[in-house]
Amino acid sequence: MWEYTDKVKEHFLNPRNVGEIENPDGAAEVGSLACGDALKLTFKLDENKRIKDAKFKTFGCASAIASSSALTEIIKGMTVDEALKVSNQDIAQYLGGLPDEKMHCSVMGQQALEKAVENYRGAPSLEPGAKIICECFGVTDKEIERAIRENNLATVEDVTNYTKAGGGCGNCQDAIAQILERVKAETTTVAQPKLTNLQKIRLIEETIEREIRPSLKQDGGDIEIIDIIGNRVIVATRGACATCNASGITLKNFVEHRLKELVSSDIIVEEAAK
Amino acid sequence: MKTIYMDNNATTQVAQEVLDVMLPYFRELYGNPSSMHTFGGQVGQKIRAAREQVAALLGALPEEIVFTSCGTESDNSAIRSALTTRPDKKHIVISRVEHPAIRTLCSYLGTQGYKITELPVDKNGILDLENLEKSLTPDTAIVSLMWGNNETGVIFPVEEAARMAHERGILFHTDAVQAAGKIPINMKNNVIDMLSISGHKLHAPKGIGVLYIRRGTKFSPFLIGGHQEKGRRGGTENSAAIIGLGKACELAAQNMEKENSYVRRLRDKLERELLSKITQSRVNGDIQNRLPNTTNISFEFVEGEAILLLMNELGICASSGSACTSGSLQPSHVLRAMGVPFTMAHGSIRFSLSIYNTEEEVDFVIEKMPAIIERLRGMSPFWNKAGQSCDAQ
Repeated sequence: MWEYTDKVKEHFLNPRNVGEIENPDGAAEVGSLACGDALKLTFKLDENKRIKDAKFKTFGCASAIASSSALTEIIKGMTVDEALKVSNQDIAQYLGGLPDEKMHCSVMGQQALEKAVENYRGAPSLEPGAKIICECFGVTDKEIERAIRENNLATVEDVTNYTKAGGGCGNCQDAIAQILERVKAETTTVAQPKLTNLQKIRLIEETIEREIRPSLKQDGGDIEIIDIIGNRVIVATRGACATCNASGITLKNFVEHRLKELVSSDIIVEEAAK
Repeated sequence: MKTIYMDNNATTQVAQEVLDVMLPYFRELYGNPSSMHTFGGQVGQKIRAAREQVAALLGALPEEIVFTSCGTESDNSAIRSALTTRPDKKHIVISRVEHPAIRTLCSYLGTQGYKITELPVDKNGILDLENLEKSLTPDTAIVSLMWGNNETGVIFPVEEAARMAHERGILFHTDAVQAAGKIPINMKNNVIDMLSISGHKLHAPKGIGVLYIRRGTKFSPFLIGGHQEKGRRGGTENSAAIIGLGKACELAAQNMEKENSYVRRLRDKLERELLSKITQSRVNGDIQNRLPNTTNISFEFVEGEAILLLMNELGICASSGSACTSGSLQPSHVLRAMGVPFTMAHGSIRFSLSIYNTEEEVDFVIEKMPAIIERLRGMSPFWNKAGQSCDAQ
């Protein structure tokens, strides 16, 4: 049984704003019967261009119904610009939280809102440049990226819990992993403080000692730092690595990859001349 | 609020008679049945009697009964034993609608060098024995097919399937967790090698199961330890639960007739009335070849979890094959194997009754369900369109 908050239960049992507004200013339908949840959102603006009324019809589980109910309550009185700032987190928070596996219900609310506003503005329904990644649930790369950024998601499973992407046939899981890596790379580069040369050298040494050498030693190999010139790390291979034909691949795919990840994304590892 | 429990395929209430025979074995007769002293030894005698009671329900010999901790352990033990005792054979045949205790184990074994064939079922959940015959190869170690399906109640022709496997020297196991106590089982009349049952599905407590192993079948234990169960399952006996299960099996044999008349009648009434009162609903699974206590009904355009939670508000307990209740995003593997459209599968509710259900309870559910479905359909964006088109017909 799901651990729903009292607020979720209350909004499920007594949903606000069920129905459909006639001649709405904005309307959108997201999801499908096959997905297991779907939401139709309609809203009407007053003379000050604020959302006067919002109504929903939802096919789905308790949290989908509660999220829709919460969404309509949240956006009433807002301008469409204000409404567009409402995130899935806001919907979940309004309800006192949702189980991880049910976060996609709040995302569905946020998506319906976005599409309804687009509909109001006469904009295309698919974000420009967006590409469908998950065919089963019709989730685009932009939607996945947004969910990753706003909820700080780390794994494919997280993405599935939040957007449903990857939860059907699973064929797009590799593509989701790539998006995760891309977003992570962007955020880490931004967050990384600039290192002084000395700090960088020390960090490289520490990283090799702690993260890289133990793995190499398990296979009877080792490396030694010969020099560090700017972003180039010159190393010599030792032990089994020295005689291994694949050591070049190990240096690029493992050593350089780890250093890029943990020290700086511009690092290049080179093998010293033998 | 009174609880109306119609989820007996999930678990059952321990019968009062069962609890009564168990209680002395916690505080008073707590001895170890393997002990040399009378204090422990007398428990051993009670376990022997329980073994006979279980054997009687199955038409088996007492020595063919091995007590385990649950249905899952029995299933795992059976499959693993078959693979261990036939190390040269690497192929397993199951169906697409098996319980996770078999299916998940086999998908794991699939990553360990074994080849798994999952037999399809038709739209009514029925297995075609011709497909079974075609799937059997000289490399097949074991066939495992469930006797009665937990979600739909559909009964597989396991006795015939076992003969087919046997003709080719292949072992046959059946998960009879849902069938035991609901339909007659007589191991004297078939060639099934191994059979699993679970205590808590027939009014014994949770934490006790049985693996029937036909006399003469080579067996390799799953739990290796002491000499308990003649070395076929190590670990100190769960005396109280074993003694309780013995009583439960005796009661099940006595109630078999009631299960197939009284319970069947209640189930049929529930099903008939719900289908007639609620439009766009249908039964999943073959209605002839079915356990007497189970009905699986789909209500189109509404979602199972939401239905269950509204039922819960009235104290009615059932379960659903919808994706939202499982935590995965796909509806039940059983309904998908039957080709039930997603739109129907998401709104599926399983009612599973027992002899403890009353006519009043069934009437209450029949009275309350239409409003629940109507309320959710009123919120569903698909209902108006479909509802109208349906009225127009």
